[in-house]
Amino acid sequence: MRLNYPTFIKIIKVPCTGRVDILTLLKAFEAGVDGAYVAGCMEGECHFLKGNIRARKRVEYAKTLLAEVGIEPERLEMYNLSAAQGARFAAIANEMAEKIRSLGPSPLKKAKAAFVA
Amino acid sequence: MIVGNRKPFEEILEMVKPFKKILLLGCRECITVCAAGGEREVGVLASELKMARAKDGQEIEIKEFTLERQCDYEFIDQIKPFIDDYEAVVSMACGAGIQYTAEHYPSKIVLPAINTTFLGVTLEQGVWSERCQGCGECVLHLTGGVCPVARCAKSLFNGPCGGSASGKCEVNKDTDCAWQLIVDRLKTLGQLDRYEDFIPAKDWKPSRDGGPRTRVREDLRLC
Ligand code: SF4
Ligand code: SF4
Repeated sequence: MRLNYPTFIKIIKVPCTGRVDILTLLKAFEAGVDGAYVAGCMEGECHFLKGNIRARKRVEYAKTLLAEVGIEPERLEMYNLSAAQGARFAAIANEMAEKIRSLGPSPLKKAKAAFVA
Repeated sequence: MIVGNRKPFEEILEMVKPFKKILLLGCRECITVCAAGGEREVGVLASELKMARAKDGQEIEIKEFTLERQCDYEFIDQIKPFIDDYEAVVSMACGAGIQYTAEHYPSKIVLPAINTTFLGVTLEQGVWSERCQGCGECVLHLTGGVCPVARCAKSLFNGPCGGSASGKCEVNKDTDCAWQLIVDRLKTLGQLDRYEDFIPAKDWKPSRDGGPRTRVREDLRLC
């Protein structure tokens, strides 16, 4: 398909989105990422039945934790798509990249820069 | 088991404001099972605190540690080798564990991260419900196995009150009326005749009204 998506998006593979833990998400933000999203299978099509449903719930919960900390919860999202939807994969990557661009760097990074400067 | 909730993040953040190095101490017993203060919740709170502080340019060093039981002399010494490297301890145990840590390290500031709420059960994963208030003199044999102390909003011993409607308590429409549950269970057990027996006023001395309680088993003591 030769579709393009931003090169700064790093993919972390998991056997199922059900493997994604709240702490995994928080640690990414703690490490300074500007945004993150979980790409799970279509709802109702999880090979392990509920992995993607659980992942969505965890993403929603992690968003509340980010908000508590003062990091915009929109920096974290959950999407559902199938492995056959290459175009949707690229569209989501671009959409998320655009959203993060408009939000700017993570407040953690900004603070660190201010601190060093 | 003992069930608790983590305190609101803002409150915890405010408590640790004066400190740069804290020990975040979890407990592997009840508070782990009710997903409020186990190893995982310690990790989540540590991560949140580090991010919130970094955001304000006030980095904080946090040691995460989870004891088998924070309310037991057998384990509380495990933090002795390093507790003094930290300015304060934030405990994620129940109120008993938090106090026990404070008792054992009298010169250390020990802060609570948990609001301890009740003795209860796990209804399903992620849902806990109150069952007992540790009244010191159980009456479950008289009340069809349903506790009138913990589950009736008024702790009535001869209920229901006039506020019971369609099986629900007047205090909250989502809460079952304990006395409805008691009558239903007595019926199921074929013991409804017991409902006619007047339960005399409870002696609250074995409960909290007699002051803090201590239990001793002389045969088990080592001294
Ligand atoms: S009667 Fe007392 S000991 Fe028994 S369940 Fe109720 S509060 Fe607990
Ligand atoms: S409605 Fe039932 S549970 Fe509620 S206070 Fe009255 S007797 Fe107790």
